[in-house]
Amino acid sequence: MTAIPKEEYLLKCTSACAGCSSSLCLRYVTKAAGPDTVLVVPACCTSVIQGIYPNTAMDIPVYNIAFAAAAACASGMSNAFRALERDTNVIVYAGDGGTVDIGIQALSGAFERGTDFLYICYDNEAYGNTGMQRSGATPLGARTTTTPGGKPTPKKDLDRIVEAHNPPYMATACSAYPLDLYKKVKKALSIEGPKFIHILAPCPPGWRYSSEKTVEMGKLAVKTGSWVLYERENGALTINGPSKAAMKKPLPLEDYIRGQGRFKGITPEALEEMRRQIQMTNARLSREAEGIC
Amino acid sequence: MLTIATGNKAVAAAVKAAKPGVIAAYPITPQTEIVEQIAEYVTSGDLATQYVPVESEHSAMAACIGASAAGVRTFTATSSHGLLYMHEMVHWAAGARLPIVMANVNRALGPGWNVWAEHSDAFSQRDTGWLQVFVSTVQEAYDATLMAFRIAEHEDVLLPVMVNLDGFTLSHITQSLEAVDPGDFIPPVRVPHAIDVENPCVYGPLTGPTEYYKFRWDMERSMRDAVGVIADVEREFAERFGRQYGVTEDYRCEDAEVIIVAVGTLGKEAEVAVDLLREEGIAAGSMRLRWFRPFPKLDFGGRDVVVIDRDYSFGFGGVVAHSIRSTTGAEPYSVIAGLGGQEVTYGDIAGFVRTRQPGAEFWFGVNGNV
Repeated sequence: MTAIPKEEYLLKCTSACAGCSSSLCLRYVTKAAGPDTVLVVPACCTSVIQGIYPNTAMDIPVYNIAFAAAAACASGMSNAFRALERDTNVIVYAGDGGTVDIGIQALSGAFERGTDFLYICYDNEAYGNTGMQRSGATPLGARTTTTPGGKPTPKKDLDRIVEAHNPPYMATACSAYPLDLYKKVKKALSIEGPKFIHILAPCPPGWRYSSEKTVEMGKLAVKTGSWVLYERENGALTINGPSKAAMKKPLPLEDYIRGQGRFKGITPEALEEMRRQIQMTNARLSREAEGIC
Repeated sequence: MLTIATGNKAVAAAVKAAKPGVIAAYPITPQTEIVEQIAEYVTSGDLATQYVPVESEHSAMAACIGASAAGVRTFTATSSHGLLYMHEMVHWAAGARLPIVMANVNRALGPGWNVWAEHSDAFSQRDTGWLQVFVSTVQEAYDATLMAFRIAEHEDVLLPVMVNLDGFTLSHITQSLEAVDPGDFIPPVRVPHAIDVENPCVYGPLTGPTEYYKFRWDMERSMRDAVGVIADVEREFAERFGRQYGVTEDYRCEDAEVIIVAVGTLGKEAEVAVDLLREEGIAAGSMRLRWFRPFPKLDFGGRDVVVIDRDYSFGFGGVVAHSIRSTTGAEPYSVIAGLGGQEVTYGDIAGFVRTRQPGAEFWFGVNGNV
C-alpha cells in the first residue's frame, strides 16, 4: 500500500460544511503534493474552507484569485518559477463553476500553451458556496436554486473538452476513493506539462443528503457507472478497478438518484435520458479502453 | 545608442533593458507592435524572459499577477478594449500590491469601432489603485517605461504602474531615441511579500471590514508616498542619463496669463500653440499633465486655465477639467477635443485660448469652431 504522509497541510478547524467531500480531497491532494507547492484558488468553496484573514487552515501557500483567472494566474506563476529555476508545484484547485463555466477560457489557454501545472476541478455539480445555483456541471434533472424545476440540459462534458487539448496526463477521481486520488496526484506531478484531474465531490447540503453519507454517495456514483474512474496518459485510456467492475455489473441508477433530494420529483423521461447518457459514455470509454474505437 | 524608433518600439526597448522574468500579453491595435517586438527579442535571444502568449487580456493580467506574486519582474501591454477586458484584474493587481508595469496605448472605445487616440480607456481605470503616467514623445515613452519599474518596485510604493502613450500619434510615429544601459538604476526586483513555500501564507482570502479597510488605507498611503518616490527616481534618472521630467512639463508658464493643460501628444501640440499665441501678444503657457495618479497638486495662481480633455465622463464633464476644478479651485475653460483620434492642431488649440470662456465647456467640432 502507498504510504500516505502523516503531515497535514489542511489543518483542523476549517470552515467547511459537515461531510464536505471536497475538503477531504484537498487534504489528500496536498499530502500528495507536499510542502513545495502553491495552490491557486478561484472563487469556490475552498475560498471559504481556508478560513478568514488573518487566520488560515492551510499550511502551504494559497493564492486566491478572481473567478475567471485561476489557470492564467497559475500559468504566470509556473513561468515565474521556471524563470527562478525552482521546481515548486503549481496546482489550481477550482470548483466546477470556475472550471466549466467562467474559467474555461483560461483553462483552455493554459493547456494550449503547455503550462507546467496541475489543474484540479473538484466537482460538486453546482455553485456551492453561494447556496447551490446551477453550473454547467449540474446534471440533467437536478434541482438547484436557479433550476427549481430540475436542470433541463445535461452536464457539460468537461473531460472531453480537456481531452481535446491532448494533455500528457488527465484523470478522473472521486472523493470516496481517496487513495486512488492520492496516487493520481502523485503521478500527475511527476509529469512535465499541463495535467488535469476531475474529481466528483458529493455535497451534502447541495445534493440534499445527510452528511454521514458522503462516502456512500461517492461510491454509488461510481458503482452505478454515473461517474467513471479513469486515467489518460498521452492519450491512452485506462479504466480504473472500481469502474471496470461497475461496467461489468452496474448497480441500478435509482440507487444513486434515490438518496438525493436534488433529484426529488425527477421526471421518468429525464431519468431515462440520464440512463441513456450513462450507457453511451460507458460504452464509448470501454470501447476505447479495449482499443476498438 | 541613438536610433530612430516608434513609440511602441521605444517601450519594447525599455522593457528589454529592464529584463522582466515574465511577460504575458495579448495583441491589440495599436499596441500590437510592442508585443511583436518583444517576441522578436525573445526569439532572437536578445531578451531572456518567459514570454507567455495568453488567450485574452484578462488572462494577461492574471498571468502577470501570478508571476509577480512569485517574485519576478513582470510586464504587459494593452489598449482600449483590452484594458477594459482586464479591468477586474487591473483592480486585483493593485489590491494585491504587485509592482506590475503595463504600457497602455491610448485608444477610443466602441461602438462605433474606432482604433484612434483617446484617453477614456486609461481614465476608466483611474480608481483601480494604479499609478498612471502619460508621455508625449518616443524618448519619453522609453524613459517613463524604464522608470516605471523603479517606481512600482520601490518598497514604499509596491503598486502597479501604467505608462500611457497615444495610439498612432505616438505609438506609430518615428522620432529619435537614445536607449541607455540602465546598469544598477534597475536593480534585481524584490517583492517583499512574494510567495515563499518555507513560510506559507494565504494571499487574498476572505477579509472582514476592519482588516479590509486597513488594506485600502495602506494603498492610499503608498499612493501619497509615491509622489516623493517619483520625484526621487526622476531626479536620479536625470543625473544619470541627462533627461529631466516632472509631474507636469511646464512651458513658458512663468509670466503666462493663461495656461493650457493637456495630456499626452496634445500637451506637446499645446507648446507650439503657446509660441503662436505669444507672437500675437497673448501671454500663454502650457502645463502638460504627466502624472494622473497620483494626481499632482497644481497651482495656477489665479490665472486663466484652458483644459483640453481627450476623454469625457458622461453626465459630468471632462475628467482632467474636473480634476483641476476640484483640486485647485480654478474655473477652467473645458475643451473636449480629439475624441476618437479627431485631429487637433496647434492652430486649433490657439483658437481655444483666444475664445476662452472661463467655466464653460466646449466640444470642439460639435459646438462649431472645427
